[in-house]
Amino acid sequence: MAETLDLSMFVRRHEGTAHMDLAVGGIGCAACIRKIEGGLKRLPGVIEARLNFTNRRLAVDWREEELAAADVIAALEDLGYPAHPFQPERAEAEEARHMRWLVKCLAVAGFAAMNIMLLSVSVWSGSLDMSQETRDFFHWLSALIALPAAAYAGQPFFQSAWRALRTRQLNMDVPISLGVITALGMSLVETASHAHHAYFDSATMLLFFLLCGRALDHAMRRKTRAAAGNLAALKAEFAHRFEQSEVVRVPAAALKSGDRLLVRPGDRIPADGVVLSGTSEIDESLVTGETARRGVIAGAAIHAGSVNFSGTLTMRVTAAGAGTLIDEVERLLEKAVDAKSRYVRLADRAARLYAPVVHATAALTVIGWLAAGASMHDAIVTAIAVLIITCPCALALAIPAVQVVASGTLFRAGVILNSGDAIERLAEVDTVIFDKTGTLTLPEPRVANAAALAPDLLERAARLALSSRHPLAAALAREVRERTPYDGAIEEPGQGVRAMIDGAEARLGRPAFCGIAGEANDEPGASTIAFSHAGRSVTLVVRQKLRADAAETIAELRARGLDVIILSGDRPAAVAPIAAHLGVVDWRAGLNPAEKIAAIEALKGEGRRVLMVGDGLNDAPALAAAHVSLSPVSAADITQAHADAVFLGERLAPVLDAVRIAAHARRLMRQNLWLAVVYNAVAVPIAILGYATPLIAAAAMSGSSILVTLNALRVRARNAPPSGRSRAGQLATASVP
Amino acid sequence: MNVLVYLVPMALALGLTGLAAFLWSLRNGQYEDMDGAALRVLQDDDVSMERD
Repeated sequence: MAETLDLSMFVRRHEGTAHMDLAVGGIGCAACIRKIEGGLKRLPGVIEARLNFTNRRLAVDWREEELAAADVIAALEDLGYPAHPFQPERAEAEEARHMRWLVKCLAVAGFAAMNIMLLSVSVWSGSLDMSQETRDFFHWLSALIALPAAAYAGQPFFQSAWRALRTRQLNMDVPISLGVITALGMSLVETASHAHHAYFDSATMLLFFLLCGRALDHAMRRKTRAAAGNLAALKAEFAHRFEQSEVVRVPAAALKSGDRLLVRPGDRIPADGVVLSGTSEIDESLVTGETARRGVIAGAAIHAGSVNFSGTLTMRVTAAGAGTLIDEVERLLEKAVDAKSRYVRLADRAARLYAPVVHATAALTVIGWLAAGASMHDAIVTAIAVLIITCPCALALAIPAVQVVASGTLFRAGVILNSGDAIERLAEVDTVIFDKTGTLTLPEPRVANAAALAPDLLERAARLALSSRHPLAAALAREVRERTPYDGAIEEPGQGVRAMIDGAEARLGRPAFCGIAGEANDEPGASTIAFSHAGRSVTLVVRQKLRADAAETIAELRARGLDVIILSGDRPAAVAPIAAHLGVVDWRAGLNPAEKIAAIEALKGEGRRVLMVGDGLNDAPALAAAHVSLSPVSAADITQAHADAVFLGERLAPVLDAVRIAAHARRLMRQNLWLAVVYNAVAVPIAILGYATPLIAAAAMSGSSILVTLNALRVRARNAPPSGRSRAGQLATASVP
Repeated sequence: MNVLVYLVPMALALGLTGLAAFLWSLRNGQYEDMDGAALRVLQDDDVSMERD
């Protein structure tokens, strides 16, 4: 197919050189770096090719007049790597900048904490025979380091605290900022009055520990974001657009309303629109969940994500008009997202409880000491010591530490989180709702009777299927082991494909084409194709197939005490056998998007926390309405955007893993909060009584932080994925259909 | 104790040098691809590897 590929929307030009960023799939080992970079640099005109192995992205610069963008992709494909250009999203660039800022703050805080500790340890150990001048000198030196360092490295906390206070809210950063500022202020005053104790080390160490937590949290979030971005880029579709007299292949993202497109059999329809000419059957299972195909003629409305089955169509891209499915889905989505009450995260709930208690304790300490006859100065110093020692180092690390480890564990299990509080919400789930088509079943149809066929015949049929573009052949081709098509295969449109294999003619296609009487097949959604070779012939039934571990996963979900419900847009006749096979009693079929939402709202009304798992366009509003949602990576784009997490691969087990890991993570979050409470219960009385020397403060703070971090690591130890389905990092980039 | 007059500034200067070096490496993009850097070091750029 000699057709032009227009990638101009992804290419950035600068003085004759062009630059493009690509997401690359299938990278598994170190040799790939050299293979890709070396292979590209051999192309004429390529100036620089640099692969980022961490996020599987490639940056290429080339001289425009010598090479086209499409050649770069073709070269990568020849090397064996699927690649798709993408535009780095603004949000991603923003996050990269934020990450760099956090790391800079971390570096400054680390430098300050270490150098001040060097001075502080000398003061503590030599306090008996150190002259007052030397001690003052050390304190002033500490102040010189601590004040500018805290002013710089504390910014993430100060800014966030200020934002919260301006909207009259409390978050964890308010007590943190207050603790740091009062500690520094008091130490400065004490230093000026030649006192024994200064807390510069505590303040900077606190910032250092907390910034470690923030930076790790952010790094993990960026990692999952990058993986999700790659999946989206590699999944992106191309469209064949009429431009003057020729057909040009363009990325679907470049389509505009009014474009005229050519859609061949086997292609996915790249945009919403209207059929201009041609007749065909389309498979809308990704849109409505319906497995039976729909016949379309000129004038019919068709949706992005449907697969064109039989005939070639020309279509016009249209914006979503009133009354179309996509319009209804968007309207419902808006409502569902609005109605979703803002979830209050565990950390914020803890902060709301914690801040008033601590500040009241500090105030009571002042009053108590004044009542006991202490001087104003001593009373205030003790109160500030209380603030410093309760400064929520352990509390502020308790949740992010678990969050980081849990999202890493989920990532390895093949679950990519979209939203930050998904783990907490997943842990609360008591009801799981599954969509059927594409969620319980595999997204593409498969050969249903593969096990009953002679393996050698099946292999030959599947290899022959590689030569055909028909969707049924594509389903058959998934069974193949050797991915080299036969030479000289000829496709006869509307009939099938034939080739000479080992001296005898092999035919694959309609039963009549293969010379067999077609068996009557009136099962909706299932299709029959035949294969004949050297006098032998088989009939293959192609239809939606359950994910291999669906029954097992659902049984385990129920064993955990969760209710399982199926809500499908497909006909009852198609849903009933699957529900019966899985042992799910509670199922409903033939639902439209509004009815799915209504069903979820009814469950929410009973006080249930619903996890919705779905992939179709029709599931998008239901996903947004549910307490928390998951979707397989094959889901429609809008649907995936509204899911709290995306799971990879052909198995359903990630759903179970997500629920299990989240529940364990939440248990550890709670434990960590209790650890922080216990720590405070021990440390606060010491501080109130006035025994909290800087040495005790430093030891208590680092001890409690290390304790909660170690506790968080248990998520990882317990949920190590069994061998065989791990390495999501590679899966994330390799297994995109 | 006079030894402190030059030992303390020296310690601080060393720390600041480390900080500056880290900030430079950050700006230089050395933390952009941590996994790749670990693998690139194993490559023999001067030996031809094109056997396959």
